Amino acid sequence: MIWNKEDEQMSREELNELQVERLQATVRKVYNNVPFYKNKLNSAGVNPNELDSLKDLSRLPFTTKDDLRDNYPFGLFTVPLEEVVRIHSSSGTTGKPTVVGYTQEDIEIWTELMARTMSCGGIGKGDIVQNAFGYGLFTGGLGIHYGAEKTGASVVPISGGNTKRQIKIMEDFGSTALMCTPSYALYIAEIADELGFDIKNSNLKYGIFGAEPWSDNMRKEIEKLLGIKAIDIYGLSEIIGPGVASECQAQDGLHIFEDHFIPEVIDPKTGEVLDYGQKGELVFTTITKNALPVIRYRTKDISVLHKERCSCGRTLVRMERISGRVDDMLIIRGVNVFPSQIESVLLDISETKPHYQLVVERKGRLDTLEVWVEVSDTFFSDEVRRLEELERKIHNEIESVLGISVKVKLVEQNTIPRSEGKAKRVVDKRKL
Amino acid sequence: MKVKQISIFLENKSGRLADVTHALGNSDINIRALSIADTSDFGILRLIVNDPTKALSILKDEGFTVSQTDVIAVEVSDSPGGLAAALDALKTENINIEYMYAFIEKSSNDALVVFRVEEITRAISLLENEGFNLLSANKVYEL
Repeated sequence: MIWNKEDEQMSREELNELQVERLQATVRKVYNNVPFYKNKLNSAGVNPNELDSLKDLSRLPFTTKDDLRDNYPFGLFTVPLEEVVRIHSSSGTTGKPTVVGYTQEDIEIWTELMARTMSCGGIGKGDIVQNAFGYGLFTGGLGIHYGAEKTGASVVPISGGNTKRQIKIMEDFGSTALMCTPSYALYIAEIADELGFDIKNSNLKYGIFGAEPWSDNMRKEIEKLLGIKAIDIYGLSEIIGPGVASECQAQDGLHIFEDHFIPEVIDPKTGEVLDYGQKGELVFTTITKNALPVIRYRTKDISVLHKERCSCGRTLVRMERISGRVDDMLIIRGVNVFPSQIESVLLDISETKPHYQLVVERKGRLDTLEVWVEVSDTFFSDEVRRLEELERKIHNEIESVLGISVKVKLVEQNTIPRSEGKAKRVVDKRKL
Repeated sequence: MKVKQISIFLENKSGRLADVTHALGNSDINIRALSIADTSDFGILRLIVNDPTKALSILKDEGFTVSQTDVIAVEVSDSPGGLAAALDALKTENINIEYMYAFIEKSSNDALVVFRVEEITRAISLLENEGFNLLSANKVYEL
């Protein structure tokens, strides 16, 4: 099932022509409307009117998450605020949040891309879509919502959490499709089993999962336990939200919607553009967005691009499932966690040393994060009560910053391995 | 009348207690009394030793997380109700006990109990006024 055959099956020549045209328009737009881009392009010696081919893309400077933060909240918008009909934002736990805006046309594009994603997953009119992605500032919930509606499916906007109700609704409404993070899908399966609901033989047939790293083994488990076909999707709010790329029924890489985003893979150290088939950092340039176009945005996600034609008939380039991050960001139960956030909490607590280690495990179906903290000689109290208070304090501070609950474990001083250069802060024991 | 107690932070890992006792034993430090407080993740070993200053520096050199705390050693009658009498004295004056433990050895016919209290100076004068015998640090280390 292909939602937009004309655009998703374009020939390479047609597509390249369209991309160059849209790229030129986008670069002119940001140059003329955003001082940040004007300065950046000027210092890189790029004349926005002299971009003749896709090869010129590599002459453009990169944009990073820090650039978005530095221009918080609306500094990179290319349109006046009254043109903006929707604003989403990251939680801002690492400092200033990154804010993204959409014009009415942007919302329509996003909806179109999510409709394509639904079709990739086999979902359309007649389906009952249980959308368990979070609704709110996070782009996942609403992005999915509008796309699913567009296909004619019946959307149940249940949002995340309240697992027993998820299962009751799944049973009572006869949901045919589930959208959520892959780990939550497994959790739902587990609770369904406890409640005696035979999810495998229920109406549920399709699943669209994302916002979290997962593996093929996890996919197989989800498919087995839920009795569905599980599709991987990719997106990030800085580009548009979900709807940047989606797997098709072939489940062999994610098609990037290249008529809207130009993908590149670069060497994260040198910034040099790598060829198809080579592993590196994904970089996207949006070429149709109005409120917040981004030029060569560095995602910090690691992947590989493939240009071979897919058996599904789409001509779009495919990216491999994300295999890691350039930085040390962790995704725990759908929440982005940077070790630096935890570090700054610990530095604010005078009793602890900035020596810590994060241990991530998957216990049952859910990810757990343990924060190991060294107790300093100077604070160490021989009263259990005081040490337990310290544990609680660290736990509460981290929870208020990250929004997730962690287990704090106090350890003896000098037991966390020191290393020269970059400290090994994260021990990820998850077998995805 | 204050007695120095050594406290050591121990993770719940096998062999840690043995490590401490070896380090002390190798330096001729004799343990006079001990108690362990533990939670699911960690424990605190509290020791009265014959040479607390030396013990502290040895354990620090070995990399343990250690601290030194003032406690009092009180002789209580080794008969039913003996401990209760000492506790009653502290109770009437609202002095909180953080923890306590007993010596196995005695310096007289009385039993010897270690108290860690919130207001140590007040506790000392109170107990002495009530006629309890508190052992001096040197006497405790020499037991």
